Amino acid sequence: MNWRGKLLTFCKVTGMPVLEPFVRLAAGEDVKEQLVGISKFVLLPALAIALFIGLWSAAAKTIVSDSAQLPSPTATWNAGIELFEMHADQRQADRDAKKEKLTEAVESLAMARGFDELAAKATEEKKSLYAAEAQKNRKRAVLAANYTPSSAPTFIDQIINSLVTVAFGFLIATAIAIPIGVMCGMSPWVNAAMTPFIQVFKPVSPLAWLPIAAVVIIWAYSGTDPEDALFSKAFLTSAATVSLCSLWPTLVNTTFGVASVNQDYLNVARVLKLSWAQQLYKIILPASLPLMFAGLRISLGVGWMVLIAADMLAQNPGLGKFVWDTYQNGSSVSYARITFSVIVIGAIGLVFDRIMICLRNLVSFGDTAPA
Amino acid sequence: MSTAVLTDPKTKIRVSQSSAPQPIIQMREVCKGFGSGVTRNEVLTNINLNVREGEFLAIVGFSGSGKSTFMKLLAGLETIDSGTLTMDGQTITGPNPERGLVFQNYSLLPWLTVRGNIALSVNSVFRKWGRGERADHVEKFIEMVGLTHAAHRRPHELSGGMRQRVSLARTLAMKPKVLLLDEPLSALDAMTRSVLQEEILKIWEEERQTCVMITNDVDEAILVADRIVPLNPGPNASLGPAFTVELDRPRKSSELNHSDAFKGLRNAVTNYLVAVRQKSREDEAATTTAPKVELPDLEPLAMKLPHVSSLTAAK
Repeated sequence: MNWRGKLLTFCKVTGMPVLEPFVRLAAGEDVKEQLVGISKFVLLPALAIALFIGLWSAAAKTIVSDSAQLPSPTATWNAGIELFEMHADQRQADRDAKKEKLTEAVESLAMARGFDELAAKATEEKKSLYAAEAQKNRKRAVLAANYTPSSAPTFIDQIINSLVTVAFGFLIATAIAIPIGVMCGMSPWVNAAMTPFIQVFKPVSPLAWLPIAAVVIIWAYSGTDPEDALFSKAFLTSAATVSLCSLWPTLVNTTFGVASVNQDYLNVARVLKLSWAQQLYKIILPASLPLMFAGLRISLGVGWMVLIAADMLAQNPGLGKFVWDTYQNGSSVSYARITFSVIVIGAIGLVFDRIMICLRNLVSFGDTAPA
Repeated sequence: MSTAVLTDPKTKIRVSQSSAPQPIIQMREVCKGFGSGVTRNEVLTNINLNVREGEFLAIVGFSGSGKSTFMKLLAGLETIDSGTLTMDGQTITGPNPERGLVFQNYSLLPWLTVRGNIALSVNSVFRKWGRGERADHVEKFIEMVGLTHAAHRRPHELSGGMRQRVSLARTLAMKPKVLLLDEPLSALDAMTRSVLQEEILKIWEEERQTCVMITNDVDEAILVADRIVPLNPGPNASLGPAFTVELDRPRKSSELNHSDAFKGLRNAVTNYLVAVRQKSREDEAATTTAPKVELPDLEPLAMKLPHVSSLTAAK
């Protein structure tokens, strides 16, 4: 395959038709046709975005009350820049503090050495005094060297925390949903047993799950020192809520994918006399991967949406908590910051969706999903 | 000891009776239907057939006559309701790589390459072979169907003809005792079809293995087969009388078209099929419980008028 074909396949698999006209243009295909493509996939969306920003600006000028105002695009942009600057400043301050502590540690250590020498030379009665002083200084040095800045998490920290939480919750959900889905798909009996649970729990809102998840986690953590815990309670509550909500699309899709494996593929397996495990790993799982990934895509979308709400309620320091705290804070830039975080949340959701489309296309040969 | 004495003469008799080669597959009074109670639908009834070792047998029939069910019984993918179905004297109870089936719709696994698809069957059937031996075996069969250049491609990147070649190679690579071809070429265009017919014929003439092919194309059946057995239309489909194809091999479709023997045989088979279908329709009409509607003897008015072009009529 030449580079043109490879790049076109890449565009298709990654679900980015935006790039296709450019590839074709570079390959020297009909210019007029490609300009149509570019105007469709690039100019038109750009125009639509410009129009939206215009309407937004107009709305920002209109929607003004005594206490608050709908932030304008520029205010939102500036708030965003400010959030990033605050992050950079915070990091700088942390670094400075760390450096200061390090110097302190070096000084304390030097002092301790000095006392050691004094103790060696000194007479018997003063020896223990100097030794105690050296010990004290040494302790101080260790304390200073181990200093970790305990400033409040910045916007970026909260984004990272949200990503970690959703990834953790999503992985747990996947680890539960896929095996159960495969069993349900392979055996109509298991499926019949599971259907009532799936039907009842699937439509439940994340917020209803959260207290129950919290109860289980509080029980599991009773008697554990919070300092020793691997994860904080708020983190686990958020992640568990994400899991409980993002379980269902994967479960349902996996069941459907496994149950609807082409009978001809199963006949191939029967003629070859494949064992049960071989049939599962060589025929059924590969054949149901496209539907499984379609389910995972929906799950991740649901999980990300749920996470924001779960963070707010569980006080897990993620984007949801950021939005809630900023709203409670009620300063003049609050709404601009919230608007900015809305855009960030949306952008991250978009990236997740693209990644899942790409993964799905990688496992479905000759049957790529529309973006 | 006594049993040995008893069985000995029997086998002698069997050997002396058969002037033709030993049947490898035997079907006796085989019946197959689906559903139960009022929804019971008999598809095949009283099927008697001997497939002889080394012969190419073609089953021809109209669509809907139970051809696919017939092939599934032979492959072991469906079980018979009554009668006996044996291969080498052993009752067929399920699918087995000894009876290699080439599926009508290729049934290639889309996530595996050409090589991967063939390797899957080789690896599953010849588990005791060494890794290198199996790999060589796979390459040999990729070459046999002329797909060496496309061995790394996946089925969706291949044409229909190439896919069926892969499917054929996958089945042949299992070294089956009997090759079962379930309408292998019916999804292909006429040109590809004739090319593949000749290729199947060529491969068969090299290996001379027992082969049962189902087709709805009488010409195709005559081209490849030693014997043609028509399948009467279902429900309650049974086999018609066998037609022996006594055309010299190797056969070429281009030459056959001018052969009188070919034409005669084609007419005979086609006429038989048309006649049994006509009869089956009449039988169906006679036994149907649906109220009979007498159709009025009408003809559209426009048909009676002499044909006049609208252009000239306007003038």
